Amino acid sequence: MRPFDYRSPADPAEAVRTVAGDPTAVFLGGGTNLVDHLKLGVVAPRLVVGVAGLLSTEVEELDSGTLRIGAGVSNSELAADPRVRERFPVLSQALLSGASGQLRNMATTGGNPLQRTRCVYFQDVTTPCNKRRPGSGCSALGGWTRNHAILGASEQCVAVHPSDMAVAMTALDAEVRVLGPDGERTVPFGALHRLPGDTPERDTVLGHGELITAIDLPALPIARRSAYRKVRDRASYAFALVSVAAAVEVRDGVITDARIAFGGVAHVPWRARRAEDVLRGSEVSDRRYRAAADAELADARPLDGLDGGNGFKIPLLRRTLAATLRDLVREGAR
Amino acid sequence: MHTEITVRVDGAPRRLTVDTRTTLLDALRERLGVTSPKKGCDHGQCGACTVLSGGKRVLSCLTLAVTQDGARVTTAEGLAAEDTAPDERGPVDGDGRSPDDTDRHLHPVQRAFIDRDAFQCGYCTPGQVVSAVGMLREFARGWPSAVTEGGREPRLDHAEIAERMSGNLCRCAAYVNIVPAIQQAAAEAGTEVAG
Ligand SMILES: Cc1cc2nc3c(=O)[nH]c(=O)nc-3n(C[C@H](O)[C@H](O)[C@H](O)COP(=O)(O)OP(=O)(O)OC[C@H]3O[C@@H](n4cnc5c(N)ncnc54)[C@H](O)[C@@H]3O)c2cc1C
Ligand code: SF4
Ligand code: FES
Ligand code: FES
Repeated sequence: MRPFDYRSPADPAEAVRTVAGDPTAVFLGGGTNLVDHLKLGVVAPRLVVGVAGLLSTEVEELDSGTLRIGAGVSNSELAADPRVRERFPVLSQALLSGASGQLRNMATTGGNPLQRTRCVYFQDVTTPCNKRRPGSGCSALGGWTRNHAILGASEQCVAVHPSDMAVAMTALDAEVRVLGPDGERTVPFGALHRLPGDTPERDTVLGHGELITAIDLPALPIARRSAYRKVRDRASYAFALVSVAAAVEVRDGVITDARIAFGGVAHVPWRARRAEDVLRGSEVSDRRYRAAADAELADARPLDGLDGGNGFKIPLLRRTLAATLRDLVREGAR
Repeated sequence: MHTEITVRVDGAPRRLTVDTRTTLLDALRERLGVTSPKKGCDHGQCGACTVLSGGKRVLSCLTLAVTQDGARVTTAEGLAAEDTAPDERGPVDGDGRSPDDTDRHLHPVQRAFIDRDAFQCGYCTPGQVVSAVGMLREFARGWPSAVTEGGREPRLDHAEIAERMSGNLCRCAAYVNIVPAIQQAAAEAGTEVAG
């Protein structure tokens, strides 16, 4: 590990100035991803700036009904918040499906969406990787692709975004509050992450020195009937192969509105607007759920790989979406 | 690049100068001689290094020691005394340990692990018991888990314990006895447990 300086500034503005002043500097949230990457040599900053202690650890309800989640709120506190559990069950479930009790106590609301891909080649500094070292090539192509993308990938990078929380946030139209060297701005959660294109080294639209200070969850009545379903190689403490975040509104056997996002399939938490379009106005039936998945997956490009590739994700996602919707509709009918 | 920090470890304030790259796990084991937290993977994947920081269970291998300046850290060695007031503890000698450390009584979770034979090699055990203590506190606060049914108050059954403890791997697969041990400790503390 390269030596680095550590600072813990007094407030967010000073943290932003400090990081902006050194092109290698990084923010440290709960450290559950960054400390690992320091050890692995994936990043080698000269300056690490601790922010967990200076960001809000409160979930505040604004007059508009919006829940403002301080970026310092831990993943476990957020999952347990009674307002989140009641109004946005999909978010609580997504958080609880991720990592472990210890990790969720450490992980922050600001750090979680900015965790880097779990692509094994990205984490192994002895292999080429365009995301870690631009222009060096992508070792996943023709390598192990079981965990990689089927949607929106490029020839430069086929990695997926690993966060469960981010999939729920995308479905819920959350908003990210950012403080940067040029002041404050708000980024729609669905526009935070980028497709890899020719610059896979950039995961998000945030610039150097931009600090997430809070995430806003605007009131969304449909989200009361929502759920997160995650499929993985073991029952707990593993990343998603595929996952579905869904919220539906049903009246008289007809889906009147839907919010759907997929995890484990793309470089971004994938908002499934085509699936939502198919569902809106549909009667509740497995056939329609599968049609919704097929509409979204029409452009899916499975990858070959040494391990048999990731084509299995297409039928798996179709079934996972159908199962999630079936449960949600049944739950509402009780 | 070095920084001076003071961490309260198992009740005793310990001052030390650390390289900023040092993890809390390495500071405890290599610098302070507190070897109960174990290094299983060093990447957050096994739970053997679990300690309480500020009363919450965390992974010391993914925690930089510099971030723990002023923190209260409890390892398996200090669990029994966690709730004991400082002036009830024996005198503290030069290296910050009280002389009667070894014969302090055990925490109920530790006692239950012995009663139920909840380990084989014991390598994961300090992490398991610290994690269990933290987990039972989370449960007492009403925190849900991934297997808690929507809207319901969680009940401490087998599935809940397995899910809540999934961050602690046991290479010897002593899980069949770890779950009953935790149930025993929870029941002794007055928590309603279910089969
Ligand atoms: C074994 C293991 C299993 C896991 N399983 C899952 C899983 O199943 N699902 C899942 O979703 N996650 C999982 N995780 C990942 C975990 O959820 C993330 O590491 C965590 O959420 C990151 O949050 P953090 O606060 O620790 O971020 P850090 O590690 O502190 O930071 C992550 C990144 O964000 C930047 N950053 C941090 N805070 C801010 C901020 N406020 N503003 C701007 N930049 C910031 C940092 O510079 C860094 O680049 C797992 C992790 C481990 C180790
Ligand atoms: S998929 Fe992306 S992250 Fe993985 S090796 Fe290729 S470029 Fe690197
Ligand atoms: S050593 Fe920390 S989790 Fe394995
Ligand atoms: S008792 Fe041997 S690893 Fe758990």
